[in-house]
Amino acid sequence: MKIHPAYEMLRPGKKFPNVWCPGCGHGIVQGAIIRAVERLGINRDEVAMVSGIGCSSRMPVYVDFNSLHTAHGRALPFATGVKLHNPKLHVIVITGDGDALAIGGNHFIHAARRNMELTVILMNNNIYGMTGGQYSPTTPIGKRASTAPYGCAERDFDACALAIAAGAVFAARGTVYNAVELDKMIEKALTKKGFALVEALSPCPTLYGRLNKEGSAVKMMQTQKANTINLKAAEKLTPQELEGKIITGIFHDGEAQPYTEVYQQIIAKAQGK
Amino acid sequence: MSKQIKLWQGNEACAEGAMYAGCDFFGGYPITPSTEVAEILAAMLPKVGGKFIQMEDEIASMGTILGAAAAGAKSMTSTSGPGFSLMMELLGYGCMAEIPCVIVNVQRAGPSTGLPTKGAQADVMQTRWGTHGDHPTIALCPSSIEESFKLTVKAFNLAEKFRMPVILLLDEFIGHMREKMEVPEPGELEIYNHPRPKVDPKEYQHYADGSSVGGPYAAMGSGYRFNITGLTHDKKGFPTARLDEIQWKMDRLRDKIDQHLAELTEVEEEFLDDAEIVIFSYGAAARSSQQAVRQARAKGIKVGLLRPTTIWPFPDRIVTDVLKKCKTMLVAEISQGQLVYEVERCNKSNTPVVPVLRYDGEMITPAQILKAVEEAQK
Ligand code: SF4
Repeated sequence: MKIHPAYEMLRPGKKFPNVWCPGCGHGIVQGAIIRAVERLGINRDEVAMVSGIGCSSRMPVYVDFNSLHTAHGRALPFATGVKLHNPKLHVIVITGDGDALAIGGNHFIHAARRNMELTVILMNNNIYGMTGGQYSPTTPIGKRASTAPYGCAERDFDACALAIAAGAVFAARGTVYNAVELDKMIEKALTKKGFALVEALSPCPTLYGRLNKEGSAVKMMQTQKANTINLKAAEKLTPQELEGKIITGIFHDGEAQPYTEVYQQIIAKAQGK
Repeated sequence: MSKQIKLWQGNEACAEGAMYAGCDFFGGYPITPSTEVAEILAAMLPKVGGKFIQMEDEIASMGTILGAAAAGAKSMTSTSGPGFSLMMELLGYGCMAEIPCVIVNVQRAGPSTGLPTKGAQADVMQTRWGTHGDHPTIALCPSSIEESFKLTVKAFNLAEKFRMPVILLLDEFIGHMREKMEVPEPGELEIYNHPRPKVDPKEYQHYADGSSVGGPYAAMGSGYRFNITGLTHDKKGFPTARLDEIQWKMDRLRDKIDQHLAELTEVEEEFLDDAEIVIFSYGAAARSSQQAVRQARAKGIKVGLLRPTTIWPFPDRIVTDVLKKCKTMLVAEISQGQLVYEVERCNKSNTPVVPVLRYDGEMITPAQILKAVEEAQK
């Protein structure tokens, strides 16, 4: 029997079955990360996966890397310490919309500003999943959540725009429906020297879907397909035509000296070299 | 060769002690009256290839030093009152995940923003009980500049050995006071670096029984792949809900301190042999107490000083014994009396315990303590 190459990177035994609900998008994102690491031929000993708290942030337990499951919102400071102390490690940060943009919002903008070399995979399901469906900073206005029974009154964050404004070198948005495109985005992000964000739209059928009557997991993926539009295609449309659409693609792919390199120069200066 | 003599501040001695101990990572956020520690390390660390980073807040500071330590660094942060409050969540994380690091809290007067440039000793209970959940802490409290240096080194040693955050509980008075000290030569003070594992990576357990105190544990990225989480976990570090494994973890956190009390407890005693009145005091307050003891002795009063340099775990057994032997114990501290409760808890002999307190941001004086001694003698 041929064993799937990804199998090697999983941690069988007590760790499975995982906590994710059937139909949750997070498993597809996990697959995309594993495939990207595999294709790039990165040694697993040199990957550190650091997460915060939430459904998505449970991922480090399942994948056989160096793994660090931290506190709510704090994945980026921990990851900063890991990377700065051992710059050889590829540090992949697993986070969700509540984790990265609400409680961890300040860490998010500052990690991007410093251009810390981190590959940040933000799984955006527009809701707090693990806590039971409360609204998050990416719940669209008017949508329902357990703490927004009359519809969400707050405007939502655009994680990619926020990261770019704060100084990220790479920002892309993909969906679990377009898994092939998502694979490529994560692969690209892993090669960037600097703060690289991939926002993966990952449906939560159990809470967001149910509270907003969006149907089954399959139905939600179909809606995701219908509602998202690629950046290239979107450029040809008017703002009216884009109303209600979610744009995917690579929004920014730049270069800037990464923090650890700048810090090496500081060390050289301090040592009078 | 004669030793280097320096006129250092407590904060300066603390930063120098960290370098001596082999600290190679500092993450922090500026706050008075602790800033000198960060400023000095910002200059010194890169010289030895270490890393300094000023984070966006104290929560991030704790996170980054824990991340660095998980990757193998000897890491540290420094802060004062309000910043220490912000660090509580991740201090608990460090205890649960058993990650060594050192946190310096240069106490200032509170509550809240309080008196930023004035001292206090009112964070002692927060140091013990500030986080949620059940777990012990280790806190050391210097009374002099030399001790600020030595106890910082010891804090790193204990952090490495006991695999947990260790708190250096300074106060503004000691932090900003200048005093002459002889700098220890390299090799003069013991430096403890925990051993790294030698087992096959497949066999490795990050929380194996033997490594709870003084045993080997791996750094992330060293070829041993393991999981760290703040969730209750098994020996390998994976989350668990099994009752026996929960019990094992909770007992382990407690026992690693409780079973090493003799090693952890350190007190200084002065004139205790024949003392009828004993002053219990630590940190800056102990300096005034020491002065008061000498003045009282000159007047023929039988008074002694019991000064812990480890405040957590609390020196229960010693305090209980001293209480049994003396007629009165005075607790001199710069707070509304946080340690009075601890002393009373150890009081199995109904010995009168008298608080001697000051909490207006100023230093408690020898005169105030001497007066209390004289009153107690009546
Ligand atoms: S609650 Fe939602 S996000 Fe969480 S695992 Fe279930 S489907 Fe996924």
